Amino acid sequence: MTTITDNSIPAQTRGTKDEMIAFVIMTALLVAVPFSGLYPFFVMQALCFALFACAFNLLIGYGGLLSFGHAMFMGTAGYVTAHMAKVGTIGFKLPLIGEFMINMGPLSPELSIVFGLIAALVLSVVTGLIAIRRQGIYFAMITLALSQLIFFLYLQTPFTHGEDGIQGIPQGMLFGLFDLSQPITLYYVIMVGFLLGFLIIFRTINSPFGEVLKAIRENEPRAVSLGYKTDQYKLLAFILSGVLAGFAGSLKVFVAQNASLTDVHWTMSGEVVLITLVGGLATLYGPVVGAFVIIAMQQYLAGFGQWVTVIQGVIFVVCVLTFRRGIVGEIAHLFKRSL
Amino acid sequence: MSHVIARLLLGTAIAVTTVSAAAAQDKNVKIGVLTDLSGIYADLAGPGSTLAAQMAVEDSGLKAKGWTIDVISGDHQHKPDIGANLARQWFDREKMDMITDVPNSGVALAVNNVVKEKNGVYINSGGGTSDLTNAQCTPNTIHWTYDTYDLAYGTGTALTKAGGDSWFFLTADYAFGSALERDTTNALTAAGGKVTGSVKHPLNTSDFSSFLLQAQSSGAKVIGLANAGGDTSTTIKQAAEFGISKGQKLAALLLFITDVKSIGLDLAQGLSFTETFYWDLNDGTRAFSKRYAERSKGSAPPTMVQAGVYSGTLHYLKALEAMGGNPHDGAKVVAKMKEMPTDDPLFGKGSIQPNGRKIHPSYLFEVKKPSESKAPWDYYKLVATIPADQAFTPLDKSTCSLLKK
Repeated sequence: MTTITDNSIPAQTRGTKDEMIAFVIMTALLVAVPFSGLYPFFVMQALCFALFACAFNLLIGYGGLLSFGHAMFMGTAGYVTAHMAKVGTIGFKLPLIGEFMINMGPLSPELSIVFGLIAALVLSVVTGLIAIRRQGIYFAMITLALSQLIFFLYLQTPFTHGEDGIQGIPQGMLFGLFDLSQPITLYYVIMVGFLLGFLIIFRTINSPFGEVLKAIRENEPRAVSLGYKTDQYKLLAFILSGVLAGFAGSLKVFVAQNASLTDVHWTMSGEVVLITLVGGLATLYGPVVGAFVIIAMQQYLAGFGQWVTVIQGVIFVVCVLTFRRGIVGEIAHLFKRSL
Repeated sequence: MSHVIARLLLGTAIAVTTVSAAAAQDKNVKIGVLTDLSGIYADLAGPGSTLAAQMAVEDSGLKAKGWTIDVISGDHQHKPDIGANLARQWFDREKMDMITDVPNSGVALAVNNVVKEKNGVYINSGGGTSDLTNAQCTPNTIHWTYDTYDLAYGTGTALTKAGGDSWFFLTADYAFGSALERDTTNALTAAGGKVTGSVKHPLNTSDFSSFLLQAQSSGAKVIGLANAGGDTSTTIKQAAEFGISKGQKLAALLLFITDVKSIGLDLAQGLSFTETFYWDLNDGTRAFSKRYAERSKGSAPPTMVQAGVYSGTLHYLKALEAMGGNPHDGAKVVAKMKEMPTDDPLFGKGSIQPNGRKIHPSYLFEVKKPSESKAPWDYYKLVATIPADQAFTPLDKSTCSLLKK
């Protein structure tokens, strides 16, 4: 019944209006953070994870593709950005041809981020071409396998410094204007980066492309019969999601000032699933709320030691058993709104 | 006229400085034990490190002299960004003065940067990476208990001198494993030994049989395990199944007493490795360990890492006492700590080098046979002592920038 009424009125505009209002509220809250006494580093960390989860949600929530290796994009972009901001060399060793090395010196933050995004783009094109040929559990397993491959690659390659990670990354001056070592400046830069990524996702979901994605999620054979080349749509969604996850990783480098194996480990891929489920799958704001909940737990419960993982597990179980739509999903359902 | 004003101003300035110097006799200290409370190092460091820090505070006797010293602990969950953020939060919000422990090299290095940025004091006990006193050394960091160089060097030299002069390496295939193998090789060749071969295994392997058979057939007297954590335990257990320890000697390059307990004496007997502290070493360590075990979880004696937290915290508090107050200036306190010789019943007399490396003797131990072990945690036989001045990276080989004047 509800679907009929939803379709009878222009659902698109009504849903978008709710989402726009929520966006304005979210932006206002984020702008106010430095004056609220909240710890800005915590919020920045949460925003990076929120963007990461939003990118992941684009794929699973709207494309129906559960990627279990999304950490590889975040980690790759993070490593490349960190390396470029700290060292700035690109070296290749090609068999038979020989070695060549480009030394650009430590790059500015914006150029480092661009390199990070390019790396995430290349990786998502390559892995996407392989992974989107399968659906469901097979898709999840292929992405997991590929991300494990990437993990072991980063364990070995010299530029990542193995398990020590890349440390002490200079924050530098963004566009030569903004001094990122100032916490307030850094906060607003991260916030703008997050909002930018969020708007791209927002636009994508509410575009004809997003509609086709949802159609593929609901019934792929039918979408094919309507003449859509579903593989191309899925690949594009995968790439978009990968690059945005990479963007989150690049931003995170300037917050944490280190890039380590944690960000490419499979547990990170699991964490983003947890964030998205707790917040609300296939809701625009769910991953943002989920990220704040999970990161707050990790930060503020750190004193409880081993109980953090137990508490996380309990919350996950409670979430799946009692409010399956996630926090935002349940609220949206209760008020019959689209969030 | 202007002279008078200038004099007056100068006078006021002097008065203000004297007043602020008096106000600097601040006797509040906050110590943060950043450790692993939930993961694989929770027994090695974890709550035991917090206890060690608290005991150091009690033993310093400063509380009776009117000091307020708080010890809090946090879990880094083995994630460098969580560790770094927690440290940053401690400095920004809690006005933390000193951070100690930090097992896990990745987290240790991340925290190292934060402490320098915030000008705090960082006494690392749990982290093994020798980078802390080389490429990444800072004027705020002291690396207290051990490092990978020390363990590799101790085992390589002392075991070779004790007759194990041909080695075969089982190396975990990543930078850390290669570094351990390289450091040990340098030490053992300098001591007159030779390497007959080595084999690399992937990280987190569950089946070491082919690697162990290669090691067995190499005929080397010593099999060096250049790996860590679960890999080392698995290798030792499987080596026992192959009966390797009967003909050849196993030498672990990174192993702790808690690992020996979890492997069990049956399988671990005869294993050689280096540590800088053992609870049953002398009267001083026994007395402390007895007091410690009365309060620790499962009455366990302190591990090397926990002992290091105690010793480091104690020395830190001694330095503060000598300064007459807490200046809340990390670099200054560390400079004072380097100036003062260290002395405590756990590590004996020692000193801190300009690059932040605390030096004390290291010991090569051999795991006892089950029949020789008389009490719980009675695990080690002392084989050799490596004197303090030889145990750690020589200063002329340290790449620390603080050494370049």
